Amino acid sequence: MNESNRVSITQGLSPRRRAYDITMRTLLYVSAAIICALLVFLIGYILYRGVPNLSWEFLSSEESVINDIEGILPAIVNTVYVVIATLIIVLPLGVGSAIYLTEYATNKKFVSIIEFATETLSGMPSIIFALVGMMVFCQALGLGTSLIAGSLSLVMMTLPTIIRTTQESLKTVPQSYREGSLALGSGKWHMIRTVVLPSSVDGIVTGCILAVGRIVGESAILMFTAGMGMRMANFGGGSIGEFFSNFFGAAGSTLTVSLYVYAKERADFSEAFAVAVVLLVIAFVINIAAKIAGKKLKKN
Amino acid sequence: MRNKFDEQLALLNREMISMGALCEEAIAVTARSMLDGEEANSIERVRSLENDIDQKERDIESICLKLLLQQQPVASDLRQISAALKMITDMERIGDQALDIAETATFMGPVDGADAPLLRELARKVISMVTDSVDAFVRHDAEAAGVVAAKDDEADELFTRIKKSIIERISTHSGEGEYALDLLMIAKYLERIGDHATNIAEWVEFSVTGVHKGGEML
Amino acid sequence: MSKTVYNSSGDTAERTIIESRHLNLYYGDNHALKDISFEIPANRITALIGPSGCGKSTFLKTLNRMNDLVDSVKIDGEVLYNGENIYGKDVDVTRLRKQIGMVFQKANPFPMSIYDNIAYGPRTHGIRGKAKLDAIVERSLRDAAIWDEVKDRLNKSALGLSGGQQQRLCIARALAVEPDILLMDESTSALDPISTSKIEDLAMELKNRYTVIMVTHNMQQAVRVSDKTAFFLLGELVEYGDTERIFSHPQEKRTEDYITGRFG
Repeated sequence: MNESNRVSITQGLSPRRRAYDITMRTLLYVSAAIICALLVFLIGYILYRGVPNLSWEFLSSEESVINDIEGILPAIVNTVYVVIATLIIVLPLGVGSAIYLTEYATNKKFVSIIEFATETLSGMPSIIFALVGMMVFCQALGLGTSLIAGSLSLVMMTLPTIIRTTQESLKTVPQSYREGSLALGSGKWHMIRTVVLPSSVDGIVTGCILAVGRIVGESAILMFTAGMGMRMANFGGGSIGEFFSNFFGAAGSTLTVSLYVYAKERADFSEAFAVAVVLLVIAFVINIAAKIAGKKLKKN
Repeated sequence: MRNKFDEQLALLNREMISMGALCEEAIAVTARSMLDGEEANSIERVRSLENDIDQKERDIESICLKLLLQQQPVASDLRQISAALKMITDMERIGDQALDIAETATFMGPVDGADAPLLRELARKVISMVTDSVDAFVRHDAEAAGVVAAKDDEADELFTRIKKSIIERISTHSGEGEYALDLLMIAKYLERIGDHATNIAEWVEFSVTGVHKGGEML
Repeated sequence: MSKTVYNSSGDTAERTIIESRHLNLYYGDNHALKDISFEIPANRITALIGPSGCGKSTFLKTLNRMNDLVDSVKIDGEVLYNGENIYGKDVDVTRLRKQIGMVFQKANPFPMSIYDNIAYGPRTHGIRGKAKLDAIVERSLRDAAIWDEVKDRLNKSALGLSGGQQQRLCIARALAVEPDILLMDESTSALDPISTSKIEDLAMELKNRYTVIMVTHNMQQAVRVSDKTAFFLLGELVEYGDTERIFSHPQEKRTEDYITGRFG
């Protein structure tokens, strides 16, 4: 090798590059620090204002003006109701259409139109779903203001999320799995059920958890369609007919809506912050659950 | 890959040509000294040629083995290389036989009389057979190889004629028994050289067409 | 050494299991297989060779109709399997694929246990009994010469196996449905020489009971293991015959040029 071609690797960076390096690094540290500070402030403030107002009684009872009891049990029950009802409807719909779009549909143009539509749908402000839900489910279909009408409206909102995440995870299943299964003489649905879905279940679960997050956090749709009552709805009934009409006719506020009611309509900020703490804990639990579920399902 | 391979094959061809040329020369020197007695140290020349031929055989073997190992030849390449391996055995035998003739001739002294022209013709014939068979290999010419096989019949016939003439000589000049036997051996050696040249030609035909002695090897 | 002169139709003792008759295949406007006609003998290894894009893999995939998965494929002509046209009207593709198994270029075990991988095919075809499945799993793994390596870890994930083991697992998985023919699509191209030679040995072992048709880029492999060789070029079948003949004195100049590396 020619002497002049030798490059020393011990010279270090030039001063200009060093200065540039340091500046960039500092800027990145600062933005990370701002995010952390913001998070700590938010959580700290909510906990500081909310935790003193939390009690077992608050979580486990219905509000009663006569007995001077504040309680959010109805809101918790309504939230669970809405989450479950929405998932029961949205999962088969969303997963089914995602399977259709990725595995069965052969018309590429048709698929891309649907994909474009879902994408647009997922970017729509929820107040629009609220408006449509109110007009269609509550009035046109005669469901009235009810949790079920709220759930149906939430289905519209979460459907794109479920379809997208399911589709994404279906697409990550290697084509070689499908070929391997078909080459052994599987029918298409058998192949999807035994090879494709098991490999993409983690993606579907992630989609579900994202959807649950959005349902729990949603307020506009539920205020428009599911009502803002703070009392426990009557979910049961003597006869079967009565039970059905009560169960599907029940209305009331979820946690998020009750937070709005406390803060905006009653200016009960202590209760509002307590609800906020509950929501925060739920968000935390959902996140952890998503992480654990993802890991567990990946392992298998 | 193929470039390097083609180079190696070209080298093999050149070595085959030069081994063939050595064989021709060995027979030619032998024939001249035997028939014309012109060179005093011809036995030394033939011996050194025979050495060169043995050396060439080893060189070519090494080239062929290297080619088999490195290129794992198929089709015409495989046939060419395996034919070369078989051919050099015959060529080496040709060298041995030339030396045998030269040695026999030394003790015998120059050939004269009626046998000389026949022996000369036989020698010329087998030299041309060797030349033709090596040429055919180099040019991938199956037809030329076929011609060599035809010449072998002529060489055999010449040998028969020489044999008859020797029998005659023995019956008329009973004192020349040893000379006659030497002469017969020389003729036989020459005839064997013709056979080796024919073998070479047959391998050339295999190398070109894949057919050896009228049948397929694989 | 015998002096038999072979011809491309092979000797009469061989039973024909696959016969391609004037097979043409188009991907859209691309005429990928042009009038392919030849017969593949049972219980032999037939190698399909040729440069990339010559149609050999495409041809292989027409034999178990895996090309059906590709949009815009159009096929005419016939492929007879034991005399029946596999592109006929009443053909049940799942049955066909059970009879004609396939091993792919890259090992593709399912993300399940070794046991479940092997049992997948039999379960698909309705076999449920535990004892029955156990027997099939063991037999298939033994046939694929991998039993001793995995018998203590049948319930571990198949993805933990080495590449060569995965490929033999895939062969075992294909054997578990008791196919008639095994198609191998460059099944050793991603493997090291030792794994490759294990699979070659395996293929030669298997031909006693199965018919093996393999696509290979490795000419030496075709020479080593196959009985018959078909050379494809630009969608045409250029030459077909006994492997030894193809590789010692091919009749077509194009075959000679390809196998000696003079191509192009």
